[in-house]
Amino acid sequence: MTALATRPVTEEAVRGALGAVLDPELDEPITDLGFVRSVAVDDGDVTVHLRLPTSFCSPNFAYLMASDSKDAVTALEGVGVVVVELDDHHDSDLINAGLAADAGYVGTFRHEAEQDLDELRATFRRKAHTAAMERALTVLLRAGSPLAEGGPERVRLGDLPAGRERDALLRRREALGLSRADDAPVLVDHEGRPPAPGSAAMFLRRARATRVSIDGNAHFCRGLLRTRYEGSGADQRPRPEGAEPTDHHHLLPLSPKES
Amino acid sequence: MYTKDGESYYIVDAHVALWDARPENQRNIHGKQFIDCFYDYHRNLSPEGEVWSYEDYLYQGGRRLLKDLFEDGYVDHAIFQPAALTEFYVNGFGQTEEAFELARANPTKLTYNHNFDPRNGEQGLDRLRADHEKMKFTGVKLYTAEWHGESRGWKLTDPWAVRYLEACRELGVTNIHIHKGPTIRPLDRDAFDVADIDHVATDFTDLNFVVEHVGLPRLEDFCWIATQEPNVYGGLAVAMPFMHTRPRYFAQILGELLYWIGEDRIFFSSDYAIWTPKWLVERFVDFQIPEDLTEYAPISTDQKKKILGLNAAKMYGLDVPAELRLPDADETATGPRDPEAADLASV
Repeated sequence: MTALATRPVTEEAVRGALGAVLDPELDEPITDLGFVRSVAVDDGDVTVHLRLPTSFCSPNFAYLMASDSKDAVTALEGVGVVVVELDDHHDSDLINAGLAADAGYVGTFRHEAEQDLDELRATFRRKAHTAAMERALTVLLRAGSPLAEGGPERVRLGDLPAGRERDALLRRREALGLSRADDAPVLVDHEGRPPAPGSAAMFLRRARATRVSIDGNAHFCRGLLRTRYEGSGADQRPRPEGAEPTDHHHLLPLSPKES
Repeated sequence: MYTKDGESYYIVDAHVALWDARPENQRNIHGKQFIDCFYDYHRNLSPEGEVWSYEDYLYQGGRRLLKDLFEDGYVDHAIFQPAALTEFYVNGFGQTEEAFELARANPTKLTYNHNFDPRNGEQGLDRLRADHEKMKFTGVKLYTAEWHGESRGWKLTDPWAVRYLEACRELGVTNIHIHKGPTIRPLDRDAFDVADIDHVATDFTDLNFVVEHVGLPRLEDFCWIATQEPNVYGGLAVAMPFMHTRPRYFAQILGELLYWIGEDRIFFSSDYAIWTPKWLVERFVDFQIPEDLTEYAPISTDQKKKILGLNAAKMYGLDVPAELRLPDADETATGPRDPEAADLASV
């Protein structure tokens, strides 16, 4: 119910709240990815429609983003009834019914779900840090920095050049509760542990495969969304990590499908 | 066979399908969603001149397959990797009888791999044995995310799955292709998890496990298990077309694979009819790692020859002309197979 003292929420505020909802795997806000299809506000009552790149995107991720969206909007001042619906997914009916009933993930998927989504979130928080760490070190390596050549395990946060990669790494470290001090080593796992002596190269190589994977997935998902929903590219914010010269190639003409 | 600049390449397309996704074969909305998803992959990753109409995409038939692969597509041999998807399609997605008959009529060109679902229990085991007696296949394509009544997925480590793998061993079905790609279930673990392959590859060292789609979107997890197992391979289906839209990403996938699993364990696949082999073969032969990706060594012509056909030919015992063969690389059975192919080798 809308309290008398507060003004009804605005669409802008709703979109702002949705900007705090991340796709855990791609580590980006759903607003930047173009996953928010529409926002309608009617005297404080809010209806949000979400869309994903394919009908078969993992339902656990789909549910997580939809549920986080509902929580983010519900927390706003001046909000009445909140409806969040996921469109065109193979589990849309199940997920939308679960959201409407606030059944939670386990309540929504019943026998198929054994545990909550916290572990999934934690896994991808760790991967996001791994990728950010590798990006920061690879910048040094590609530039032929003697720092990195002397062994990536020797590089400290204070050695990293100021910029996007360093800022991103600091944010990921904060999310994991890791030190952001200048003298903290960069090459660490999600608990701040450095690699065992002699295994720094392998540690960084594994991190690189993670980064390649995440960047590739992020751009592929963006591209599939643009293909699936004509015009959705206008809602996407470019992603510099893993970007390619071909990223803004014009879309192929679509032949109409029967509905 | 493809020839360019005086080099000839023996081509094996290690993952093709003969599917029927026409509306009359769609059991429900999911059948439509599934082929629409494939069509979006096709539209998103294909060069403009290679995009088919939606109608052409729903069904090709054997005659068109032969033309696209062997007349136009340079392919010497192709391997059917059928997905049943009987919950989505009345007569299944992959057309078993049609594909098997086509392979029987063209034995030098086509190999028919079969499939099974361990959730069919004892009856399914009998069926597998009977099918094998009739079809004599040496490989299967497994789709662990397939729906089955109340179940929406299974793992290679499930007790019934292990019994089926034991049956494969008895029957001489040595090539186990597993789809680890766009998938649906199991819910709770990351749906693309390859951990079950790690287990069975250790328990069944006499079987080959070919992970289709090289574990994308979990390339790193795939590389990590594949580097520890001598009998795990990677199929490039779905990865190949990134050459067109995302060449830098493709270069990195390739760079990672060469480093972790080595040049002898990677298979070219078009994933026909999602894409056709012609343009993929042409572009792969011309492909090179971009110069500024200094963390990877360039890819050699011999490595391309192995990936495009020689590796799969070896697994399937295909008769490669003597002048086109190459020796195996001198790589370790486990651990990063080609550490020199990347930076940090000496760190």
